[in-house]
Amino acid sequence: MNNDGFDQFKGSSDYVTSEPLRNAVNVSIALGRPLLIRGEPGTGKTLLAHSIAHGLRKKLIIWNIKSTTKAQEGLYVYDTVQRLNDSRFGDRDVSDIKQYIKLGKLGQAFASPEQVVLLIDEIDKADIEFPNDLLNELDEMSFYIPETNETITAIHWPIAVITSNAEKELPDAFLRRCIFHYIEFPDANLMEEIVRVHFPDIKNSLLHEALKAFYSLREIDEFRKKPSTSELIDWIRALIAGGVAHEKISSEIPFIGTLLKKETDYDYFVNNHMTRIGDTFFTRWRR
Amino acid sequence: MAKIDMFTDFFYTLRKRKVPVSTTEWMTLMEALAKGCISNLDEFYYLARAILVKSEAYYDHYDVAFQEYFKGIEAPAEISEQILEWLKGPLNRMTLTEEEQALLDRMDFEELIKEFEKRLKEQTEQHNGGGYWIGRGGTSPFGHSGYHPAGIRIGGESRGRHAIQIAQERRFRNYRSDLTLDVRQIKMALRGLRELSRIGPEDELDLEETIDATAKNAGEIELMWTRSRKNAVKVLLLMDVGGSMEPFALLCSQLFSAAHSSSHFKDFQYFYFHNCIYDNLYQDIERQEAISTDYLLRTMEPDYKLLLVGDARMSPWELMERYGAINYYERNETPGIVWLKRITEHFTHSVWLNPDNPSIWPHPTVQMIGKLFPMFELTLDGLGQAVKKLIVKK
Repeated sequence: MNNDGFDQFKGSSDYVTSEPLRNAVNVSIALGRPLLIRGEPGTGKTLLAHSIAHGLRKKLIIWNIKSTTKAQEGLYVYDTVQRLNDSRFGDRDVSDIKQYIKLGKLGQAFASPEQVVLLIDEIDKADIEFPNDLLNELDEMSFYIPETNETITAIHWPIAVITSNAEKELPDAFLRRCIFHYIEFPDANLMEEIVRVHFPDIKNSLLHEALKAFYSLREIDEFRKKPSTSELIDWIRALIAGGVAHEKISSEIPFIGTLLKKETDYDYFVNNHMTRIGDTFFTRWRR
Repeated sequence: MAKIDMFTDFFYTLRKRKVPVSTTEWMTLMEALAKGCISNLDEFYYLARAILVKSEAYYDHYDVAFQEYFKGIEAPAEISEQILEWLKGPLNRMTLTEEEQALLDRMDFEELIKEFEKRLKEQTEQHNGGGYWIGRGGTSPFGHSGYHPAGIRIGGESRGRHAIQIAQERRFRNYRSDLTLDVRQIKMALRGLRELSRIGPEDELDLEETIDATAKNAGEIELMWTRSRKNAVKVLLLMDVGGSMEPFALLCSQLFSAAHSSSHFKDFQYFYFHNCIYDNLYQDIERQEAISTDYLLRTMEPDYKLLLVGDARMSPWELMERYGAINYYERNETPGIVWLKRITEHFTHSVWLNPDNPSIWPHPTVQMIGKLFPMFELTLDGLGQAVKKLIVKK
């Protein structure tokens, strides 16, 4: 990337990125296209938007998508019930419709006087048609409000980051307009960097033992939910707080509950990979 | 423009390798190239991937195509500028060993670059078309790890991963949707099994209607309710277990757990059989709890979506003959094929998922069963097609 014509994302101090990801971000900013981010849970999809906002010193607007979210809500909501209520009891002038139009997150991002970072989080949670309903607005970066005969046009095109867990296939027409990046699960080297961001003073011996145990656990395919980055961070926090000696980490896996969140996974692991001696569990799976 | 034309073949290489690239995306890539977003092949690799490929399932196809197209490409000149930049930084020089420092001090930059490029070329030739002028782990042109672009980390943290090398690693092979399945992916595929309809109690506020009614009521608020939309799909899963299905046990259990934990079906029923369906089906894998197939057909509504899983591979008599059941004590009065026929006639929508590779489907019983049920391979793609077949309106 050697283009000086636009803001360049270089990562931020609290978020470790790979070069391909940084490139994808910069391409999306340069072309003014939404960046679609996919990846396993816990690979920092949502945090990316925070990091972009922080790194480029821009305001972040977050639109959390739920299964009931409608595309229209992102543009604006016409609060008809309030107006209806005011028409009966209120002392407001109900003929002024403008005061009942509330801009949604997308609308706010368009109307903002300076460029913002817009995070559309977990877009796949919504109805199958949801992304298609936003196509036109994301293409033209404007929308029309018939109630007030107004058109909201983006003053500065927002830097749009969209995350998805790929629970549903996103429509092709939508995908064609996006820049796509799949965040791989970090390898041990990158993970080391990530952990060091959270625990700058961590001892090498502890970090390496913890990572070794963590990646061996991830190799067990029978788990319903494999431990991810956030679980690792929690676990290391627990290990440090508990003052666990590093040589005990892979033999006993203390605080295993922070890594395996599902009861079935926990049971599976304890039954198949651990031997109980006295009151302590020892792993049988050391390779 | 010449630069841009050069890439058009790449577009067709991608299409040939089944990466679903559209012209829209291609134009976007051209726009990005015109803006000068890239300076070397590594960046091109990621730039083109970010713009052209929209699912990790196609990353592997992309890698294959990229490899094919760029195999003969040699080190672009831009790299020397980067090396120059890098060498200018005093901190970077400190990471070199003493020997390298000494070598560096003996040459001026020009010389160094020339030497560098020369040796890179040698390397390319020696390594028989490898063309990986940034090698990782060992093959340094200077005989020292530090000098090599991999060692000196040109371009930040790229760790010297040359684009073609990355492509050749094909790390995304496991993400190909025609190869692997896991519970989550199966669940996604099964999500396609939905037919939304308004059923159940009227428990959802219908805002539009409420406003209309209230307006008609001269502003006196009148609440209107509607039924909420729910998935009406019911699923019946019949699975072949044991014997020749043993190698697919994990795959089948993944399919089962995906279907079982998919909460969006109105109803989910499952039974097991061995080899072929005869007079009885079983509620457990050990085949202890039997339920008569006849009873099942009498009690289950025909609108259950039927998924049969099995390799459909058996001796012809096991399918065609009375008493043909592989288990001698089963003593089936009715041949398996008749049962299968009754089943396919009873249910309006049914599919057969075969875990075997289609290349070995030409087998008498597989063919016969394939005539009764639309047969799909038990992969993500096959499952997707099967799901589409199941929700077709009849």
